[in-house]
Order: sequence, then structure tokens, then C-alpha cells
Amino acid sequence: MSQSAQPEPVTDVPLLEMRGISKSFPGVMALDGVDIALFAGKVTALIGENGAGKSTLVKILTGIYAADAGEILVDGAPVHFANAQDAIDAGVTAIHQETVLFDELSVAENIFLGHAPRTRLGFVDWKAVNARALALLHSLESNIDPRIRLKDLSIAQRHLVAIARALSVDARIVIMDEPTAALSRKEVDDLFQIVQRLKRQGKAILFISHKFDEVYEIADHYAVFRDGRAVGSGELAGVSQDEIVRLMVGRSIAHAFPKAEVRLGETVLSVEAYTHPTEFRNISFALRKGEIFGIYGLVGAGRSEICQSLFGITRPSAGRLVLEGREIAIRSPGDAIGAGIVYVPEERGRHGAVLQLPIYQNISLPSLSRTSRSGFLRAAEEFALARKYAERFDLRAAALSVPVGTLSGGNQQKVVIGKWLATQPKILILDEPTKGIDIGSKAAVHAFISELASEGLSIIMVSSELPEIVGMSDRVMVMREGLSAGIFERDGLNPEALVRAATGNAGIQP
Amino acid sequence: MSTMQEKRNIPDRLGTSTARLLGSWEMLLLGVAILIFIANAFASPYFLNAWNLSDATFNFTEKALVAFAMALLIIAGEIDLSVAAIIALASTAMGAAAQAGVGSFGLVMIGIGVGLGCGIVNGTLVSVLRLPSIVVTIGTMSLFRGIAYIVLGDKAYGGYPDSFAYFGQGYVFWVISFEFALFVVFAIGFAILLHATNFGRRIYAIGNNEFAARFSGIRVERIKFILFLLTGLMSGIAAICLTSRLGSTRPSIAQGWELEIVTMVVLGGISILGGSGRIGGVVIAAFVMGLVTFGLGLLNVPGIVMSIFIGLLLIVTITLPILIRQIRQRATA
Repeated sequence: MSQSAQPEPVTDVPLLEMRGISKSFPGVMALDGVDIALFAGKVTALIGENGAGKSTLVKILTGIYAADAGEILVDGAPVHFANAQDAIDAGVTAIHQETVLFDELSVAENIFLGHAPRTRLGFVDWKAVNARALALLHSLESNIDPRIRLKDLSIAQRHLVAIARALSVDARIVIMDEPTAALSRKEVDDLFQIVQRLKRQGKAILFISHKFDEVYEIADHYAVFRDGRAVGSGELAGVSQDEIVRLMVGRSIAHAFPKAEVRLGETVLSVEAYTHPTEFRNISFALRKGEIFGIYGLVGAGRSEICQSLFGITRPSAGRLVLEGREIAIRSPGDAIGAGIVYVPEERGRHGAVLQLPIYQNISLPSLSRTSRSGFLRAAEEFALARKYAERFDLRAAALSVPVGTLSGGNQQKVVIGKWLATQPKILILDEPTKGIDIGSKAAVHAFISELASEGLSIIMVSSELPEIVGMSDRVMVMREGLSAGIFERDGLNPEALVRAATGNAGIQP
Repeated sequence: MSTMQEKRNIPDRLGTSTARLLGSWEMLLLGVAILIFIANAFASPYFLNAWNLSDATFNFTEKALVAFAMALLIIAGEIDLSVAAIIALASTAMGAAAQAGVGSFGLVMIGIGVGLGCGIVNGTLVSVLRLPSIVVTIGTMSLFRGIAYIVLGDKAYGGYPDSFAYFGQGYVFWVISFEFALFVVFAIGFAILLHATNFGRRIYAIGNNEFAARFSGIRVERIKFILFLLTGLMSGIAAICLTSRLGSTRPSIAQGWELEIVTMVVLGGISILGGSGRIGGVVIAAFVMGLVTFGLGLLNVPGIVMSIFIGLLLIVTITLPILIRQIRQRATA
């Protein structure tokens, strides 16, 4: 369908090929011998859940990480990327979700920032900068004046500038990492026209997206990753969405999770038509005693935002909250803690723990009024409280007075959860509770989440990891673009249905 | 792994408390203070005299009173550069009141009241309007001192009641001045507030990670407001002592003190980035700075050289810990 205008003969040799690429991080095998090939004038869609290894692959391809094993071939010849510049020199460029641009600089300056052509005296050659920017924008069939300031452009035009910037390094291989995540449908259409132009110019494009409709619209080939392995690839034509979804999630899930069967009690919290001006609308659900209520959805679907409003970080603009039969208003984290609602945030180091302070001071921080006497600290009480939760969660630390920042991710999470349990809450909200935690500790975190639920604590768990959501939850609410896309009962929990609801393909017949 | 079935016992602390104390910044600083003391004793025959030593304390007591409150503010990740201007404004207000015949008790109340009022202005701008404190207090620094200049012009207020002289010139017992006694009382009070109360713990949490503190239910804005109020209060008290000691008020009173106070705090081991440091360090730093300026004074070193010295001290104490950390990181990398 795409007759290449390039003089080079159409062959089966991929423009870029990665063979047997492996990369491991402490405790995690991020990529395990994956193969992927990109062809000139073709778009290859890379599909996979969060944590499947897509970002690691992109980082290896752009020279940010070095692979532990495997080889990269450009035009059939092996290359080695020791750093980002090597990748650029080999013609690889990436357009990220949010490319940083500068409002006060001109379009041309934004495009050539950091690699502007220079005169013999070493000054920036403005004539060349503007001329080359103009040529680049023309090749994208745009008539933006390269001399105007970026702040005078529309969002779609800015996107074009970001793409022009990526192409300004003479790229032949273009990686687009979820480029449509923040775009409206109209902007997506504009972007796809640009992709078509790039195809006509004979560039090889790696297109990463969660959205199946977009993948089918733009891609020629596909590659599916799961748990760091390439589990399927080929021509997209003739492959159904259901096949792709099955490749993404296809595995037995239940056995790895220690979810105890809990007899659910009465309703503890009911959220009624909760609405935020920008992040979510009309969210309603009821949480029962001893229940693990999962919230699944793509990044940006509004999952964390609803949790943060339940914890008083942001305020809803409409909606009611009923806790144990009484309507309550939560205006601050203090209100939430007082009501027995606590929140383990996604970003442990930024929001969850004060990494520089000792373990015992982190655990006692929200409980100071109980460990102290008339406002004065009592270290013995604080140590006793910390010891209780350290022993309960089998915390691994040299002493209770070492800073939390010196612990591993899994142990940091134990401290954060311990700090909240010490407040004796009724409802525990967990936002991506095992993010960045190695596999061994993940199982331990899952085990005690399950144990807490069986002791009668009600848990709201946000997760992007399907196995975790399916394996741990009693019920799951799927969110898409700020709206609830359905609540699924445990009996009917089916990973494929969750993915379909989250990506907006609910209409597709199974 | 499976052989380690027995319960691991995590100790509360590692090492002994004396070992921790010996390796601390405060100990290093104490060593410096002793060296300067010995050097002063050799440099001037007049130094080792109880009354001379007592006089030497006036070089730091007023600044140290403000430095204690400033230490809490810097640990919480904020700063107040308007403290010297608050002293000037409070002193001007007391001078005007003294002209109008207000008695000593009234003057003290005015000094404290103006200090608190200025603290409320700073605290409101920072914690209600959420403006950066460094910008806010550079602004109020000009504002407060500007008012003092408008009121006084090139005049000076004098004529304070005789009993008012006690706060800056009186002695509690033998060579122990009222100011020095105040310094000791507030040193202990602030040490307790910072190190032994929930309030102090929350200050450290905010200074290390404001987000995590907020996510832990700490009312960050309220605590910051209280700290600005406290800094204003201590500036008011310092103004009472200074005005009483000098016996007159000019609009240039306490000019440049904000830098000496911040230097004292940072020299005391309180990280300018917030989150760490102890009051004990500030107490020792006050003695170090007092002894240095007094020693240089005995040697007839001019004031401008002293201010160069203070500037160097500030730069060195800020850079030294950062340099040491970078060298250590390079060593481990």
C-alpha cells in the first residue's frame, strides 16, 4: 500500500532489528530475549501491559540503557549504542508523551535547541537554523513560520514542532511512545497524517499505544510483549483485537495470589456521584467490610485522582460520601485520617514516606498524638509502635532508627503501610501498591493485603497490573477517561473484559 | 533463606549515643570554639577577665534569640530575611512610644506586639497566599525598614525610661547579664520545642518532604504560620534588648543582622536546604561568632573586615557539607 518513493530497493531486510535483547534490574527481568524488527515505510505497533518491558526496550533503542545481551542491527549491520548520542547518530529518534518545549523561544530555536548549526566562529548560524527549520516543517506539510514564538501556537501545532524537533537529527527510525495519550480526536487525526507522511518518506516507525482503535488505524505490523518477552508479532491485517488482547494477558493468574476468600460484611463507605472539575465525573461505588475493591484503568484515567479526593488532597466539586451510615465531608488529609480513611500513595519516595527520617519516626508520624503525652514525644512508645509493625511485616532493616531511604522498595512500602495501620484505619487505599517492588517482595505485600482484608479492613486498590487486580480483588471498577466503565464482580473477572472496558472496546464481540 | 526462620530482632538504634555524639557537627564546632577561645586568650591580655567575657556575650545574645526561631524556620524549609527590619520597626515604635511617655512595661508590650504583627504579615503571605518565603521576606525587609526611615528620617529617638535600661544593661547575678540569662532560657526552651515535642517532629517532616508531611495529615500551612509568628516574636524581643542596650533608636539599627543570624544558624549545622540540624549547634555557633567578633574587636580590626569574615564564614559553612558529600559520592561511585 505504501509505494516507497525512495530509490533504495524494497527488500525484506529490516531497517532496524533487535535480536535476543535481555535486560535485568535488581530483582526484575525487564526484557528476556526479545526480538523485534522495524521496516522502512512501515509502522510497527508495540503492545503490552504496563510493566511488559516496552519502556525498557525504548530506552535500549535510544541508548539510555545498555542491553545485558542481544544485538541491534541497522540495515543488517550490527551497531552498538554506548550512549544517547550513538543512537541519534544511527538515525534513531524518539517522540515522547510530553516533549519539553520552551514557550518563550521561537519555533526554530525549539527545534534545534542543543544542536543548532554553527558558523565558523562558533556562533549559532541563525540563517541556517531558520532555513532548516522551514524545510523540516515543509516536509511535514506545515506552513508554521519558524520565527514565531512557541506560545503563539495551538496545541496541535506544538505537537508538530515536537515531531520536527525529533526529526531534526536526520532520523530514519522514529519511536512514538504513547504520542496520543494527551490528545483529542482531532489532534490524533492530525498526528496520523504526519505519520503517513513519515511512512511515505521511508521512515520506520515504532508506535506504542494502549488504544486498539488507533493501533488498527495506523499500524502495519504488531509486536506484543508480556512480562518482558515477545509473545507474538507479524502483519496486523487479519489479526483480531481479541487475539491481541489474549496475547497481552494470556496466562493463568489466580494461582500466584494469596487472596483469601472473605465473607464480606456490611457496607462501610459509599461514594455517590463523586465529581471533580477536570479529573473524574459521576463516580459511584460502595465498599464493604473486608472487601478488596480494585480500580483498574489506563494511566490518566482518573484512578489516583478519585483516591486522592477520598483522602482530602483534592476536593470534589459534587457528590456525597457516606461512612458507616453517616454523611461526611473530607476537606484535608487530617479529616480523612480522623474518619479512618488512609492512603498509601503511588509515589512512595515523594508522597508516602519521609525518606530522610528514621523508620520509627515515619511510622509514628500520623499517630503522634497517641504516642506522645501532652504534646511531648515519648521515644519508647514510638519504638514500640514501630516494632509492632516491623515484626508483623517481617521488615528487613539494620535498626529502627535508620532512614527509610536506605531500605529496599518493598521494605519502604512495608513502612508506609505500617504507618497507616498504626492509625487503626477502617479503609485503606492502596495506589499501585507493588510498583517498583521486586517480585519476591510483591508476593509478601500481596499476602499481607489479603490478611488485612480478612481481618475486616476494607481496601481500595488501584493497580495497572492486571494479574494483581484480577488476583486480589473482590470487585473491580474499570475507569476510562474519568468515567466508570463498569464494575465487575469477582465471579465474572476476566482480564480480557477489563482491558476491553479500559481501552474502550466494550462493543467488540468476544 | 529458609534457615533463617527464627524471628529477626531489629535493634532500636545502631551504636551508642556517645559514639554518635562524638562524630557530630556540634562536637567539631565545640572544638573550634575552644580553639578560638585559646587564641583570644593568647592574643589579648584583657580577654581572660570575667567582666570582659561577660561583655563578649552581648555580641551574640540578641542575634542568637532570633537565630533560635530562624533555625526552626530553616529546618521547615523556609527563611525570614526581614528579621533585622522587624527589629528596626519594633525599635522605632518603642522610641515613638517612649517620646509619648509610655512606661517600660508598655514599651515591652509594643516591642513584642510589633514583632508579632510583622510575623503575621510574613506568615499570611507565605502560608495563606503560598508565596515563596525568600521573595516575601526580601519584600517585607524593605517595607519594615522603609517605615522606620519614613518615621525617623535622619533623627534618632532617645529618652527611654531609666527602668527600661535593665533589659539590655542589667545583670541578674554577678556577671550574668539579663540578656545572657534570656539567651540560656530561650536556648533550653527552643531545644525542648524542636527536639522533644510533636510540633518539632512535624517541623523536621515538613523540611525533609513537604508532600509526604501533608500526606501524613500534618497541617503544613498552620505550622509554617506559627513559625513566622515565632520568628517575629523573637525579633521583637531582640529589639527590646538592643534598644535598651543602645539607649537610642536610629532607622539603621541592626542593619545587616539578617545575614549574621542566618550565618549563625547555618554554622550551627542547620542545613540551608531544610530538614536537619539541632539547636545545640546554633548555641555553640553563637559563641563561636561572638568570640571571633569580640577577639577581632580587641585586636582593633575594623568592622568592614569583620563583615568580610562573616560573609566568608557563611559561604564556607554552606559549601563544606555539600563538598564533603560530593567527594564521598565520588569515592563510592
